[in-house]
Amino acid sequence: MSTIPATPSAATVPPVTQDPAPPPAARPRRGLNANSPWFPYLLVFPLALILFGYVVQPMFATFAESVGVDGVANYTEFVTGSGVARSALLTSLGISAASVLLCGIVGVAMAFLLKRFSFPGRRLIEAIILVPAALPPLIGAISFQLLYSETGILPRGLQQLLGTENPVLPFTGIAGVLVVHTFTMYPFFYLAASAALVGMDPSVEEAAYNLGASRVRVWRTVLLPMLTPALVSASLLVFMTSLASYTAPLLFGVDRTMTMQIYINRTNGDLPMASTYASVLAVASVLFLLGMRWYEGRRSYRSQSKGVASHRREITNPFGKWLALLASVLATMVLLAPVATIALVAFSRDGSWTTEVIPSEYTTANFVTIFSDPGAYRPILNSLQMSLLATVGCVVVGVLIAYAVRRLDFRGRGLLDVAVMLAWALPGTVVAINLISAFSTGNAFSFGQVLIGTFWIMPLAYFVRFLPLVFRSSSATLAQIDPSLEEAARNLGAPWWRAFGTVTLRLMLPGVLAGALLAFVNGVGEFVASVLIYTSETAPISVEINNRMYSFEVGTAAAYGMLQVVLIFVVMVFSGRLQNGGRATREAAKWTA
Amino acid sequence: MIDVTLESVSKRFARAGDTAAVDDVDISIAAGEFFTLLGPSGCGKTTTLRMVAGFYFPTSGRIRFGTEDVTHRPPNKRDTGMVFQNYALFPHMSVAQNVAYGLKIRKVGRAESARRIEEALGQVHLAGYGDRRIDQLSGGQQQRVALARALVIRPRTLLLDEPLSNLDAKLREETRVEIRRIQQEAGTTAIYVTHDQSEAMAMSDRIAVMESGRVRQIGAPQEIYHRPATAFVARFIGRSNVLSLPVVTAAAETVTVGLPDGSETAVAAPADHGLRAGDTALVSVRPEHLGLTSTTEAGALPGRVTEVEFTGMATNLVVEVAGEPVQVAAIDVPDGITVGDQVGLRLNRDRMWVVRP
Ligand SMILES: Nc1ncnc2c1ncn2[C@@H]1O[C@H](COP(=O)(O)OP(=O)(O)OP(=O)(O)O)[C@@H](O)[C@H]1O
Ligand SMILES: [Mg+2]
Repeated sequence: MSTIPATPSAATVPPVTQDPAPPPAARPRRGLNANSPWFPYLLVFPLALILFGYVVQPMFATFAESVGVDGVANYTEFVTGSGVARSALLTSLGISAASVLLCGIVGVAMAFLLKRFSFPGRRLIEAIILVPAALPPLIGAISFQLLYSETGILPRGLQQLLGTENPVLPFTGIAGVLVVHTFTMYPFFYLAASAALVGMDPSVEEAAYNLGASRVRVWRTVLLPMLTPALVSASLLVFMTSLASYTAPLLFGVDRTMTMQIYINRTNGDLPMASTYASVLAVASVLFLLGMRWYEGRRSYRSQSKGVASHRREITNPFGKWLALLASVLATMVLLAPVATIALVAFSRDGSWTTEVIPSEYTTANFVTIFSDPGAYRPILNSLQMSLLATVGCVVVGVLIAYAVRRLDFRGRGLLDVAVMLAWALPGTVVAINLISAFSTGNAFSFGQVLIGTFWIMPLAYFVRFLPLVFRSSSATLAQIDPSLEEAARNLGAPWWRAFGTVTLRLMLPGVLAGALLAFVNGVGEFVASVLIYTSETAPISVEINNRMYSFEVGTAAAYGMLQVVLIFVVMVFSGRLQNGGRATREAAKWTA
Repeated sequence: MIDVTLESVSKRFARAGDTAAVDDVDISIAAGEFFTLLGPSGCGKTTTLRMVAGFYFPTSGRIRFGTEDVTHRPPNKRDTGMVFQNYALFPHMSVAQNVAYGLKIRKVGRAESARRIEEALGQVHLAGYGDRRIDQLSGGQQQRVALARALVIRPRTLLLDEPLSNLDAKLREETRVEIRRIQQEAGTTAIYVTHDQSEAMAMSDRIAVMESGRVRQIGAPQEIYHRPATAFVARFIGRSNVLSLPVVTAAAETVTVGLPDGSETAVAAPADHGLRAGDTALVSVRPEHLGLTSTTEAGALPGRVTEVEFTGMATNLVVEVAGEPVQVAAIDVPDGITVGDQVGLRLNRDRMWVVRP
């Protein structure tokens, strides 16, 4: 067959068609053309509208609420007043700073011990190190209360052992809050420091020793500076999470914190004041988010040296060996104690546990009750139903936002990204107040309906809170997928939606599923926002746990708690399988605190 | 019959300032032709190919398939078969499912599908590999699956973006012969992108040489080699000396230039050379069209050897003539020639050619 060129002349070939004045270029007339410059806007517009309507606009509604009655008077109380507002702010800041310090010490020490040394029990500890942090917020805090408070197992056990008059070493008030924070938030430091240590080229450290530096000096001049980025990020995260913490102050009775004041003012009917606290917290969250982005953007310029993973030092000193073993056993017990306590208490007869160290009477009646008594299993159904609804919303919106942010080119892309992460940075209490302010009257985004006091406000709150989980996880998976795969599908004739569905979405599935499961379990464990917006018909599991605790039905409360715990661990094992190598657990820890 | 036409096609990216990635490109490609876009990195080859595929829309200009204007037609309606540089095979599908993807979308029946998949896999010597997973294939095999997947839909045009760049040297040479054979058997028009000039020369019916978004020359390999349009083309395709020489007289397709030794010679030039007496002409002469001789030979340019490199078949030398370094690839050199020797350069005047700057 001849393939001799048709126009084999030098220089450029003139165009074949010789229209003197070519007609205007044909534009696509119908259908979704994914390559046209306006396609991204078509996809992004509804997404932006959702984020605006349910995340941003409610925040403004809260602000409007806070200045609606007394103008800025509510705000000046923070600066000048000698009353609650000022001391709540200071207490919150103080608790947050102390939490950063404690979590930093515990987290970095754990990372060094586990990543740099080899000793018996290391693997077990590494496997369970995130267990306390993975508990749902309320049940986690309750377990610490049952363990370490004045009426807790440990102080009473020591009291009996030592024969003293009062419980020994009880944690109360702010100290109790700090214990909860330390146990649930040190993973931020632990994970960041471990990643930095594992990624660190050991030859850098060796070079310093080789140059004659002492151990202290190597620490000061080499290791700490290399860990700094990880430590700064972790500090920001712990500070923000502590500021947003609500269950720990609730259970340990520390009323003068920002989140508790939101709750107290809301229950007392002073919505403007509650909104003021919420607005202050919201501003803090936004600042934190921007600080985080700024810092991480700066950080990305410094690349970490790649190399062989640092080798672990074997502990050879026999005394050290025994000490390490003892510490391992102790650490294992401490890490598993919260779950063990909940499990134990779940089988105790309600009202039977008064002054004993551990409950004296055991029964399976609590589980029978929560599954057979219609009033008692209603909260379970509520939680599952609301969480499922929210998860569906999170998946649809989260996946599309991830796709838009990662794959499409449009003005305002950074803004979309920030809006999703804002939903993540806002404390649960603030999300709830925002929704109350926005939807206590009809609104375009609620189609004119009042949502407060209805069923729908609950899944909406879960949607806002957990959308970022699905977004993050989808976006991370999408980053691993070569964009040319979708192009190949398009080239083979697939319309955009088909290429997206059969190739991109299909390949994103593990990440989407992991995110969805995470959103679902978080929804089932949700307490912080729920407690502000539930009605008697829509009370979820955590609210029911809280109510049972108040009426001293500790056993039943713990039984509900066990349900949440089991669900979480089942899901975690499953997503660990999904994304090989426990990454999901790590991600989970990032989000559950 | 003309199959693909680009008319004054330009592409500016929104975020890339004012410079055009592709600048006023005119190309027309005949049905069944193997057409190559050749040029250095960043010259706009991929951008051009992606406009043909429909992944980018031109900022201005028109693209036609036959007589149809497809400038803004979405990629899925263009009926092109693209082979991506990284192959872009679907990792969640088997080899056969990958090849079947385009057929499924075209709603080709089961039996017909199976037959065509087998045929396509046979064409690329992968018969019996249908059930393999993609990650169980070598790079070369993946490359061939990508080719089969593009061919099986019987596209009007095959688009290949550096499909060989991830293969090792030996496989690359084998595969380029294969691609050419398959393309000729199928009679499909092919647009091939590469920055490797020997690949382009070996495979193409015609080549468009691009530089910073513009097409500098379009022609058959021999033509581009022997009659490069610009100094850039002369240097990019093979090696070349581009000498600046004063024009003595200029005629339609010949320009007489003065040589450093004071003599004059007539050099072939393109009809549109635009040179006049007194101008400076750029004359391209390839190293292999220069010979070494004694300084006394009539018509030889005197020079001094500044570099010698023996490569076996030929000897590469640099000879300084009137202060200018000139590359020479000589088959036959006197034994013992060394740096500093005075030599004469014999010019193969028929192979000299006037180029534009
Ligand atoms: N999506 C884009 N946005 C902005 N600029 C782009 C984009 N794609 C390509 N460019 C720019 O357009 C120019 C041409 O790029 P192109 O990818 O077409 O080069 P190429 O000839 O294929 O090079 P290579 O051989 O390196 O693949 C480059 O300067 C590149 O930076
Ligand atoms: Mg390219």
